Amino acid sequence: MSESVLYDVQGPKARRRVLIGSVLGAVLGAGLLLLAVQRLAANEQFAAELYTPFFTEPDLYRRLGTGLRNTLKAAAYALVLALVLGTVLAFGRLSARAWLRMPAVAVIEFFRGVPLLLLILFFFLAFPLAFGIDLPPLYALVFGLTLYNGAVIAEIIRAGVQSLPRGQTEAASAVGLSRGQTLRLVLLPQAVRIMLPALISQLVVLLKDTSLGFVIGFEELLRIGGQAVQVLDNPIQLYVLIALIYITINLMLSRLAGYLEGRQRRTYGDAAPAQGVESGLGQAGPTP
Amino acid sequence: MGAVLDNLDVLVEGFTATLSLTFLAAVGALLLGTLIAAMRVSPVPPLRLLGTLYVQSVRNTPLTVVFFLVVFGLPEVDVIVSFYRFAVIALTLYTAAFVAEAVRSGINSVASGQAEASRSVGMTFSQTLRLVVLPQAFANIVPPLASIFIALLKNTSIAYAFGVFEGTQAMNRLINDNGSDVIAIIASAALGYLVLALLSAAVFSRLERAVRPAG
Repeated sequence: MSESVLYDVQGPKARRRVLIGSVLGAVLGAGLLLLAVQRLAANEQFAAELYTPFFTEPDLYRRLGTGLRNTLKAAAYALVLALVLGTVLAFGRLSARAWLRMPAVAVIEFFRGVPLLLLILFFFLAFPLAFGIDLPPLYALVFGLTLYNGAVIAEIIRAGVQSLPRGQTEAASAVGLSRGQTLRLVLLPQAVRIMLPALISQLVVLLKDTSLGFVIGFEELLRIGGQAVQVLDNPIQLYVLIALIYITINLMLSRLAGYLEGRQRRTYGDAAPAQGVESGLGQAGPTP
Repeated sequence: MGAVLDNLDVLVEGFTATLSLTFLAAVGALLLGTLIAAMRVSPVPPLRLLGTLYVQSVRNTPLTVVFFLVVFGLPEVDVIVSFYRFAVIALTLYTAAFVAEAVRSGINSVASGQAEASRSVGMTFSQTLRLVVLPQAFANIVPPLASIFIALLKNTSIAYAFGVFEGTQAMNRLINDNGSDVIAIIASAALGYLVLALLSAAVFSRLERAVRPAG
């Protein structure tokens, strides 16, 4: 156990108290668990037929697999588009020209400040009614995700570029590069390495947000899970399984981000920007 | 535009519900999140483990899945309340994980001399945390808490999918009745969220100045 400044190195008396606390904590945990088990048992949530489908229905996994593929597809499309949009917005945001910078700021702040669900509903409801264009749910979801995440990514890029030492910009202009060239050739390539962990955290947020597709009838993992529940009638068991699938994927991504951040810290010292807690917040996040 | 002005009362009623959802869930998440953060820094290993498990699993689950588990899971164990309350429960459980992370980083940001000084005058762990570290930690984390609660404000829109009457639901109702004005209706709902977000941001920045330590 690592040293904490919040409490002393433990003597015999403190160790006894911690032991008592541990036992009480364990009892509390066990008590909560027991209460949950008791509630579940009292409502026959341990009945075998709620679990057997997980072993006897290969179809279930085929459907969930389709849902997961759709989830990943929506996330991948949205990520690519959001990176493009985010880069464009970041260029505008970092521009020296006010007529480029102001609109970029307005667009970024607007899409960050509005619930993601509203953006998705805009594409899903407003396009058919106002323009007579029926967008398939996948497109409505991807476009909504793109606008929100593009705005967030623009801010990540800006933070990355601005965290670089000023000497980089000065050296670039000293050798006669224009501002655009400086950004494109000197600053961005370096900023990408610094902002990689934050980008991956945003990817976790994006992946979680694809589950909003269920609202507009897009057959992603959660919606397929909902359909399965209607047949199998085991919401607790099935939604826990769905949650575990998301948790597994996201933990792997978070681990990747942590690894990249650690590597950066070793390479650059502490100059790499620390990730705020809010960077993972997501779900129509502040981030999210 | 006419549809928006004619039905302004529906929108106002909707956004009042958005605000009350946000407020209740924020209070709940602040309490639960602080408790979990205290568990994560405590000297008691099982509590630390419990706190870490909670934060890691909830942070990596989509809020919509939390909603599904609460709305369809709790009735299976005979917890049956209104959809509004289910929404408050789901939003509280989800947001608490982020509050816990913010509070924990706030605790870590308090200079270690503070905790050492409290210990050297004989305070216990809970006294150190309650009387010395947490008050300073909260003063440090007003900005991250503000973004967490603004995210919460936007997240309440998901309650719309579960039939709760709030801002997005009000918008949807107006669209169903006045399809031709759809752009104006969505724009006014967006404006509603932006205004509430800006107001909360203003409140929090005032709060930040109020709690900033002297010097």
